[in-house]
Amino acid sequence: MADFLQFNEVTKHYGSLTAVNGVSLNIKRGEFFSLLGPSGCGKTTLLRMLAGFERPDKGRVMLDGEDITERPPNKRKVNTIFQNYALFPHLTVRDNIAFGLRVAHVAEATIKQQVDEMIDLIQLGAHAHKKPHQISGGQKQRVAIARALINKPEVLLLDEPLAALDLKLRQRMLLELDQIHDQVGITFLYVTHDQGEAMSLSDRIAVMHEGRIEQLGTPAEIYETPHSSFVAAFIGDTNFFDGRVETVVDKDYCQLRIDGFPSVICYNDKRKQPQDLVHLSVRPEKFRLSLEQPSLPPQHNLVEGTVQEVVYLGSQTKYLVNVQDYSLAITQQHSRFLLDQRPIKWEDRVWVWWHADDGYMLDRYREQDEALLEMPAH
Amino acid sequence: MKRSRIPVLTTWAVLIFFYLPIFVLIIHSFNASRFSGAWEGFSLRWYIRLFSERDIWLALKNTLIVATATTVLSMVLGTIAAFALHRFNSRLQKVHYTLIYTPLVVPDILMGISLLLFFVAIGLQLGLLTIFLAHTSFCVSYVALVVLARLQDFDFAIIEAAQDLGANWWTTTWRVLLPLLAPGIAAGGLLAFTLSIDDFVITFFVTGPGATTLPIQIYSMIKHGAPPLINALSTLLLIVTFVIVWTIQHLTQEEHV
Repeated sequence: MADFLQFNEVTKHYGSLTAVNGVSLNIKRGEFFSLLGPSGCGKTTLLRMLAGFERPDKGRVMLDGEDITERPPNKRKVNTIFQNYALFPHLTVRDNIAFGLRVAHVAEATIKQQVDEMIDLIQLGAHAHKKPHQISGGQKQRVAIARALINKPEVLLLDEPLAALDLKLRQRMLLELDQIHDQVGITFLYVTHDQGEAMSLSDRIAVMHEGRIEQLGTPAEIYETPHSSFVAAFIGDTNFFDGRVETVVDKDYCQLRIDGFPSVICYNDKRKQPQDLVHLSVRPEKFRLSLEQPSLPPQHNLVEGTVQEVVYLGSQTKYLVNVQDYSLAITQQHSRFLLDQRPIKWEDRVWVWWHADDGYMLDRYREQDEALLEMPAH
Repeated sequence: MKRSRIPVLTTWAVLIFFYLPIFVLIIHSFNASRFSGAWEGFSLRWYIRLFSERDIWLALKNTLIVATATTVLSMVLGTIAAFALHRFNSRLQKVHYTLIYTPLVVPDILMGISLLLFFVAIGLQLGLLTIFLAHTSFCVSYVALVVLARLQDFDFAIIEAAQDLGANWWTTTWRVLLPLLAPGIAAGGLLAFTLSIDDFVITFFVTGPGATTLPIQIYSMIKHGAPPLINALSTLLLIVTFVIVWTIQHLTQEEHV
């Protein structure tokens, strides 16, 4: 059976700029799917092609077995939550929500009943008669959701819906969106540049970069097994080492040569051969840290370094440790706090180790990605 | 510290300078005297006389015909012009904007002469039609600029939202675009109306036999000396203008709600 929502080889140019470059994507019915990427990666263009505001130059968009590529926006069973909500300023909350039904010439009695239900659902009964400029950002957000959902769309498109809200409200709306998705059970296509939002809400994520899908998978797959340096750096924080495969130990592991380091053992799922150039990516929380030299079982890597910075954050502490030419970002959870144990301080000599399975080998990134990788972590 | 009284004094000086002549004119319109010099008691006789002056009624009729026609055409053309200026990006847009803006700064007398020469050159009979065309030619600019200002803080995502919710082009225009732009278009229209009603210089050049508008009528009455009647007429015109200006302000204030 064909997938519910399909992009087939979709391409879109704006002048000389290629916004979307031959993207194919299959989304299942009822799925919460996110398009994630930096600004200008093509995610919004993809969403607008599904909404009908843009026509692809090449490729087809299919919804439930029908080709909707050429269909105008008002003839599609999809509705959009716009970035700044785009509520009608001259209409009350109630009339905003009723707009879709009025346009479809539904009987007034039916409209009244359905709008009442929607207003109850979003708990804005006390504000139904107000104009959009009289209600708060979070309330506007809820009106926008109600205005879209009342039309019973097959897909709900959300274009950075939380970008205009402050942090606390964003976290609350995140939960509400999740609950609404569970309640209505329709497909959500969510566009965001915020990896936290995408990770916490999505069933699957497509990470986009320069008009292409860089990786598609569940949040855990994307975080734990990034396909490229770009994905590894964009999703969460990571440490990169430039390495070269020295020897292949057995079918699962290999030894890497990293300048200034003792030979590093690493899980070799990509079947790399000796002399291959790679990046080794190790997430900050995968490192362990101690003042005394630990005795480690095999499959561990151990290096010595100097603490450059310590940032205590309560639930965890962030360290910057200089090891040879590298400055490693390391995060440690405080599982237990011992008063008699001397805490690690600035300029301490420390031992840093990690398990071979926690290092992840990637192909060397392309030149143009380098600027992005140097961006400070969000 | 005692506050300086200079701001208060200058304010009063300016207000007196602006409004005293108008105030005197209004007072004299109720003066029973035939000459403006002395006060001979309150009277409505000049207002009553006004109603029996056939020429004035004819001029008023002409003025209203021209003003109404000018308003309607300027609202349509001005709104379209504003959209063209706002929605399309091309290198010619600066030129377009200048073309729209120019009639506001060109001296009336130049406008008048050039329009007269133009009408004569194409052999158009001077009359109400030429006055109407001449008025429209500068009123379009005012409407366009007022509507353009309104378009500049218009969020076009709203139009996409309407389409997204199932509205076709016609419904979107009717239910979303026009209601939101209406105050701007109406304000521009009222501006056009007042400008058309009291335009003298341009009208004077392009008017023809029998096509006398109110300002031209007033001018010829002054020449033949009937000051109290003019005072009464001017007071009435003033009231109409004030009502319109008040309405425009009301409409443009609503924009910022």
